[in-house]
Amino acid sequence: MTTTLETRDRLAPGAASSALVEWHYSPSLESTDHIKLAKRYNLFIGGEFVEPHSKRWFETINPATEETLAEIAEADAEDVDRAVTAARRAYEKVWRKIAPSERAKYIFRIARLIQEKSRALAVVETMNGGKPIKESRDIDIPLAAAHFFYYAGWADKLEYAFPNRNVAPVGVAAQIIPWNFPLLMAAWKLAPALAAGNTIILKPAETTPLTSLLLAEIIQEAELPPGVVNIITGGPASGAALASHRDVDKIAFTGSTEVGKRILRAVAGTKKKLTLELGGKAPNIVFEDAPLDQAIEGIINGIYFNQGHVCCAGSRLFVQESVVEPVIRKLRDRIGTLRVGNPLDKNTDVGAINSRAQLEKIQELVESGVEEGAEMFQSACSVPDRGFWFRPTFFTGVAQSSRIAQEEIFGPVLSVLTFRTPEEAIEKANNTPYGLSAGVWTEKGSRILKMSQKLRAGVVWANTYNKFDPSSPFGGYKESGFGREGGLHGLAPYVSLS
Amino acid sequence: MPRLNVRKTYKLYINGEFPRTESGRFYPVKSKEGELLANACRGSRKDLRNAVQAARKALGGWSEKTAYNRGQILYRIAEVCESRAAELIAELRRQGSTAAEARKEIDQVIDRWVYYAGWSDKYPQVVGSVNPVAGPYYNFTVPEPTGVVGIVAPEEPALLGLVSRLAPAIVGGNTAVAITSESRPLAAITLAEVFANSDVPGGVINLISGLKSELVPWLASHMDVNAIDATGVASEAMPALQKAAAENVKRVIRFDADAIGWSDARLSQSPYAIFEFQEMKTVWHPIGM
Repeated sequence: MTTTLETRDRLAPGAASSALVEWHYSPSLESTDHIKLAKRYNLFIGGEFVEPHSKRWFETINPATEETLAEIAEADAEDVDRAVTAARRAYEKVWRKIAPSERAKYIFRIARLIQEKSRALAVVETMNGGKPIKESRDIDIPLAAAHFFYYAGWADKLEYAFPNRNVAPVGVAAQIIPWNFPLLMAAWKLAPALAAGNTIILKPAETTPLTSLLLAEIIQEAELPPGVVNIITGGPASGAALASHRDVDKIAFTGSTEVGKRILRAVAGTKKKLTLELGGKAPNIVFEDAPLDQAIEGIINGIYFNQGHVCCAGSRLFVQESVVEPVIRKLRDRIGTLRVGNPLDKNTDVGAINSRAQLEKIQELVESGVEEGAEMFQSACSVPDRGFWFRPTFFTGVAQSSRIAQEEIFGPVLSVLTFRTPEEAIEKANNTPYGLSAGVWTEKGSRILKMSQKLRAGVVWANTYNKFDPSSPFGGYKESGFGREGGLHGLAPYVSLS
Repeated sequence: MPRLNVRKTYKLYINGEFPRTESGRFYPVKSKEGELLANACRGSRKDLRNAVQAARKALGGWSEKTAYNRGQILYRIAEVCESRAAELIAELRRQGSTAAEARKEIDQVIDRWVYYAGWSDKYPQVVGSVNPVAGPYYNFTVPEPTGVVGIVAPEEPALLGLVSRLAPAIVGGNTAVAITSESRPLAAITLAEVFANSDVPGGVINLISGLKSELVPWLASHMDVNAIDATGVASEAMPALQKAAAENVKRVIRFDADAIGWSDARLSQSPYAIFEFQEMKTVWHPIGM
């Protein structure tokens, strides 16, 4: 499984960029010999792995090598129906009747098992999704465990979250998650739903099913009653069949705004509860008094974290005019030091693009940026021959109306714009159909709070970026969706109050 | 010839260690039938002072741990209690509980740790607030631990009573000095071995066995104790305790177990038990460009 992809980066120290110093880094590969993947994974329905009715399987690959990792079952409408039936039965017969404090203990078990298996989960996440091992190891997997831990505690405390109401579960929840944070998104979806007493059919993304299937094994080990969590795999057709199933009470979807709108139309006229966590085009606003070096790190993290496959990525950088020159210079220097390559290398900063389709979408948008007259800067790093790669990129001279300032690229591509006054920054920042997140960089506390008030976004990071915690709600305004995940507010989508 | 068993010496638990009382004194702990079970430490004023000192020293580190981390440690206590359930049940039975009573009490003890573990990163969300003041200010209120809490455990249920008062105090970031049930201290002292093996930093929980009539007045008047949970203090002894506690304005709480009962989880565990040992801090910050 291990392939050696040499990471060769160029380091341009400070302003002396004319005198390029070339550095060769020795590889520091995470071992994969302890990973035991099955050749083929079936659907997890009613507590067991069962062959799909479709009798079809598709290959899931490592986007860094294009090698096949395993075969994955493709659920058809019949399989979806089986999964929904199993979830319904488990809901009516078992899960809704279990004492909340016992429900909590099942969820605590899942949290502990994820902690126990964290290394294997991190490695598989990186192999299947292309994200750097340091991110899956330090962010995705620990946060997934923390999410289960947090919501486990809520299971028997719901009356304190919704005072003066009888709190009941919604019922059977269909949860459709994206490929950018596979296990973490599964945790975000499953943990609050389970805590509130719902049963679930989870569908991981087509390109990243593996950690969800390992989670199915964990759910078996935790001895959750069969059918409480069902995990079905497949492509868009499986997802559509799940979202439109008659016996689903609640749909939670994270993904593109386009698909979100399709789901909205599909559930129109039904009583299904819905939450949507959709796209974003977040403004990251740097004022002239900001600590610039710290801001640069925040900008880099904001857009190149997880190859920019982040719905809340800070993809529109707004820089106050007086500091444009040093910010651009520092940004150029800094992207030159990012190490792009084998995601299993512990020093890799930017891994593989998740799929060929996504790579093509990024390329298309970047070309449009060049055509529309923006100036492009790209890291000079080399990338491996096989696999899907895109060098860290940013554009200057971007117009507000430009596609790269309006459309979500979902890749390591930043658009830099400028502003003079705070009012102008707010005006420009809010000039988007999206409203998921925003960043503000300034030393002035009162300005942070004023900007937070004015920005139409569900999350505002001040002098930091891309911070996540199970106790902190996350979700969007406007076309970035509705409903919150995380925190006390993340329970609301999964309860029915009377 | 049958093997002679090795008996356990029941000691105090201070600063993560198991010292004998510095006084060298003991008191006999007897079963319901009057049979001698153990010679427990008759803790002294000096032991209490050592314990308060340890609790004070541990306060900074414990209260500054993340809520998530504190929750994990409380959950770890539950895990270790579960794996040592047989031992704890045996202690309760020696002290007079039936097998069924002992099993039930231990199950509740474990579940109580799990319950409060779950509150660690939630109680600030329930009791804290953002306050819409009439002006351009961002104003919020957050709970912070009161400090060193003295806990007087009830006589019965010796273990569930202690845990029900201790868990909410420490999950909120306080450190504790607890006086165990005088008549039935053994299970509590064995519970200290659980704490010592559950990643609870030394000094966060300290347990002193002995005569309440001797120990409580010292605890009540100690100037470095910030609050007292007097659940295990007889009501006729309360006025004296409250007068002594007035000197440094200690918060005095007494959970009225007779009125509410211990085994009904709905009544005997709640976030209000955490709030009792929290100070509310309000922060103002201007909003403007």
